[in-house]
Amino acid sequence: MSLLEVKNLRTNFRTEQGKVQAVRDISFTLEQGEVLGIVGESGSGKSQSMYSIIGLLADNGEVESGDVIFDGKDISRKNFKNKKEYESFMAEIRGNTMAMIFQDPMTFLNPVLKIETQLVEPLLNHTKMTKAEARNRALELMRLVGIPSPEKRITQYPFEFSGGMRQRIVIAIALACSPKLIIADEPTTALDVTIQAQVLELIEELKNESDSAIIMITHDLGVVAKLCDRIAIMYGGKIVEIGTDREIFYEPKHPYTLGLLSCVANPEDYDEKELTPIPGSPPDLLNPPKGCPFVDRCAKAMKVCKVMEPSVKTFSKTHQCACWLNDSKAVRK
Amino acid sequence: MSEKPILSVKNLKTYFDVTKGLFSPKQIVKAVDDVSFDVYPNETFGLVGESGCGKSTLGRTIVKLYDPVEGSIEFKGQDIAKLKGKELKDFRKSMQMIFQDPYASLNPRMTVGEIIKEPMIIHNIYDNDEQREARVVELLKIVGLKPDHIRRYPAEFSGGQRQRIGIARALAVNPEFIVCDEPISALDVSIQAQVINLLKNIQKEMGLSYLFIAHDLSMVKHISDKIGVMYLGHMMECGPSNDVYHRPLHPYTTALLSAISIPDPDVAKAKSRIVLEGEIPSPINSPQGCAFCTRCSKATERCHKEKPQPIKVGNRLVSCFLYER
Repeated sequence: MSLLEVKNLRTNFRTEQGKVQAVRDISFTLEQGEVLGIVGESGSGKSQSMYSIIGLLADNGEVESGDVIFDGKDISRKNFKNKKEYESFMAEIRGNTMAMIFQDPMTFLNPVLKIETQLVEPLLNHTKMTKAEARNRALELMRLVGIPSPEKRITQYPFEFSGGMRQRIVIAIALACSPKLIIADEPTTALDVTIQAQVLELIEELKNESDSAIIMITHDLGVVAKLCDRIAIMYGGKIVEIGTDREIFYEPKHPYTLGLLSCVANPEDYDEKELTPIPGSPPDLLNPPKGCPFVDRCAKAMKVCKVMEPSVKTFSKTHQCACWLNDSKAVRK
Repeated sequence: MSEKPILSVKNLKTYFDVTKGLFSPKQIVKAVDDVSFDVYPNETFGLVGESGCGKSTLGRTIVKLYDPVEGSIEFKGQDIAKLKGKELKDFRKSMQMIFQDPYASLNPRMTVGEIIKEPMIIHNIYDNDEQREARVVELLKIVGLKPDHIRRYPAEFSGGQRQRIGIARALAVNPEFIVCDEPISALDVSIQAQVINLLKNIQKEMGLSYLFIAHDLSMVKHISDKIGVMYLGHMMECGPSNDVYHRPLHPYTTALLSAISIPDPDVAKAKSRIVLEGEIPSPINSPQGCAFCTRCSKATERCHKEKPQPIKVGNRLVSCFLYER
């Protein structure tokens, strides 16, 4: 049984302009100990799909349909009578078996609480530890994420830490209850390259030492290449391609994946290849295109792409892609 | 290179006084500390470094938004510190800037046409509004926007399109040199490549020189002929981009380069990083010796006491005692 199974998830946002269809029918599974990268541009629905799973959508957002089966239990909103029941159920899970690492460590940490208070909070809430036990565990966590002299640092406030150190604290809080699933939303985007390397190194160590599964939301192809076992490419609220790291990077099937790979520079090359940008800009999810979301920017678009959603074709046990090009029955015009 | 440099920066120092209160000890941030480099016509000089290393301050000092404490900036053979009146106006015309945030750098209450026209009016380039308008339409086409965008407001455009407007505005006065301060950091991956290609094409057609400031090493290497690596206000290493990338000399450059994630799983997973310990020291109390000595694995006692001067190694300049003979 998979640790996490998402089936036909749809999430909408009510706005003044109308209904924004941020997540449009995505499905995937995640095994224990696996690292899944979710790659997409801003507005592709990568963050909102994860917020739908962990129950952190903004007030104007709602999950329209779909199942989220986590650790053998269906935790989707529709299984609960009202919002209050759902919230109290999710509060039990969040920070306990499912934890989240956010992009900006400064806005995540409470500036007026000591690090100690913030580190022991999940422990006191979710375990039967006493205050002293929780403090010891907090110190242990700080050592684990590589914060020097934790006994002194634990009594300090977030502003006394640098960006990289703050992100380590955020990771320590996420790890507090040894979660089965960690969702990391652009955990290194706000950091400098050398600090980014430190944090990625830390995540890699955690991946090797624990059997937590990690979902890594990012737009940095370098980061997914380094860390992830499997990669899902999102575009226009849909997963257009999913596969192992090597399948995505070396045998991409979707024109968008291909386009994404050819518009990043690989610094290892001696002769600079001309970058091939993808023309145009992402679709407006207020009125998503009827057919394939990528049709307006795709060089290989056919008539059928405009009118019908492409079916998902399976290339290997792990590799799936939704594109009409892979369908021999599609009329090539 | 026999050609004369278009921009020559010598021993430039830009300091900021951040002393708080009347009686507290004087506190100086040495944002740019003794930096020298040359940029030749038609060339792109990439400036990389982590946040707080002084790369943006350096860019702003070059366009004369800040005044240096010491050192000189020569643009086409003239010291820009001495420019006054008409000469200064001419300098501002030939030196333009593209900013990082395409949301903050365009006035939301002006139409695209007004934004691009403004520098033309200030520098009095065209006789009448029709000529200016014609030029605006031409510029919009160059940067890949439509002529009918002229009456729209910035809010109606996406980030990438706004950056194109910023580029059109910089081009409006036919500059010779453009300082690009992180022009692509705020954009999505697929849009970044669009803007990079646009900048490259414009350079080819108009013979511009760029100072390209960014923290994204892969993109800087892609666009630049030469790269300068900055750390804590100092230029650690400077040379042709392929040489600097594939054979870094300075220990900081080596560490910085090893921190890049390569978009290729086999290479990225096999690559071992040199993970630097600690963080960048504060520029208020920067180390007495080499700026990098506190995090350098090869630091000796001398590095903590003396500041290394740039040494010529082949076609490169390196500020490190390791290369002294």
